[in-house]
Amino acid sequence: MEVHLHREIDRLKRKILALGAEVESALSKSIKALKKWDIELAQSVVDYDEEINRMEVETEEECLKILALHQPVAIDLRFVVAVLKINNDLERIGDHATNIASRALYICNRQKVEIPENLILIVNLTESMLKRSLDALVNMNTDLAREVINDDDIIDDLHAQMYDYIQQKIKNEPELVDCLISLLSISRNLERTSDLVTNIAEDVIYMVEGEVVRHIL
Amino acid sequence: MNVSTPEIGIVTKTKNVRPKTKKELSVEMAVHNLNFFYGDNQVLFNNNIDIYKKQITAIIGPSGCGKSTHIRTYNRIFELYRNQRAVGEIIMSGQNILDSSVDPILLRRRIGMIFQKPSPFPMSIFDNIAYGLKINTTIGGSELAGRVEDALKRVALWDEVKDKLSDSGTDLSGGQQQRLCIARAIAIEPEILLMDEPCSAIDPIGTAKIEELMIDLKSLYTIVIVTHNMQQAARVSDYTAFFYEGHIIEFGETKQIFTNPQNQQTEDYITGRFG
Repeated sequence: MEVHLHREIDRLKRKILALGAEVESALSKSIKALKKWDIELAQSVVDYDEEINRMEVETEEECLKILALHQPVAIDLRFVVAVLKINNDLERIGDHATNIASRALYICNRQKVEIPENLILIVNLTESMLKRSLDALVNMNTDLAREVINDDDIIDDLHAQMYDYIQQKIKNEPELVDCLISLLSISRNLERTSDLVTNIAEDVIYMVEGEVVRHIL
Repeated sequence: MNVSTPEIGIVTKTKNVRPKTKKELSVEMAVHNLNFFYGDNQVLFNNNIDIYKKQITAIIGPSGCGKSTHIRTYNRIFELYRNQRAVGEIIMSGQNILDSSVDPILLRRRIGMIFQKPSPFPMSIFDNIAYGLKINTTIGGSELAGRVEDALKRVALWDEVKDKLSDSGTDLSGGQQQRLCIARAIAIEPEILLMDEPCSAIDPIGTAKIEELMIDLKSLYTIVIVTHNMQQAARVSDYTAFFYEGHIIEFGETKQIFTNPQNQQTEDYITGRFG
């Protein structure tokens, strides 16, 4: 029975890592589409969201099956609970990637605007945070997870600066208002992504150490 | 039976493990440095544990780790066998119950025991309960009948047997027989109930009833259960002790033991990675 459970746990691990890889790829492509004004790439991200949703449902069903049939305890229980939550967070990140791609499509079909330096910083750091949170999950590395959690404050500050920047830019160039609001929306989607990535890092710490750090760190 | 002189060769590996708890609980029974020997063979090593009043404490661990041996010291039932001895202290109401001055018969009235296999006496359902009362008290007549009814009601067996009290206890189903044994134990108002794998010979429905019963009885008695069924320990107990090779490896609140055990051996055992 226990060997069977551990086989199921291994399979669940592969599933969540596969979902993580797809979401990482979707976010990366949506950002690339924005940087390069690549309509096709942006559209492919939007189209792929359905597949991410399907994977999320499948992973959730796998978690429920393990909970119902094996009643795992200790590290196995924490792993399944963490995967349930991370699964949901990854799907939401996939939605944000789709939103970013949609905004990129919107901008591409109108007047292209210069991408502000702050947004590039947010993009790079959010991508790095997602990558590191998934590495922390794979390697059960709580130091790396804590590093990711600390970086969330930087994103929040950068996003607040973006808000001020866009506000000023709209005043100066009101004809670009549609595209500028889209840029602010992209920044907002990245900021939300970093919040979800932070959740993933917190769940990794819970999984490894059994300690809920959500409202502590 | 208590031997207070130091024993040569007692392993002192097990440290005094205490659960982290925020609850204010009184200790019903405090076990200090308990060691146990079958002849020259030591099987329990410096066991230290507090059994909390009106709580359910589960004892888990692989076969042969000393779980049953440990609880058999609580009512000194091991003394019925030759070449078995316990060394250490089990303090209850300020007295070391291993001390030879403590009458084991009186002790067993205070500490009832339920065994793995239901063991009703070969007599009627009524007499199964009344027997202990007749021996231990002077009551009779309607008072005795009232006590029998009360005991059967407490184990939720009354409605099932009230019309056949004169039938043999051995004619009941396995689950009913076990509840009859519990009724027999609680009829004489013990302080502690020891249960040694009480559901291992019972079907799932009977098991569920006994688990419910344990939770109901917790308000009246302190319960210690030895179980191989970890889900059962997780479901019914408030505290769990993990035994391995005669040592108490970890003792804590059940919620903590089953979600975040502090000891790797505990974790490996409850997740099925060994044992």
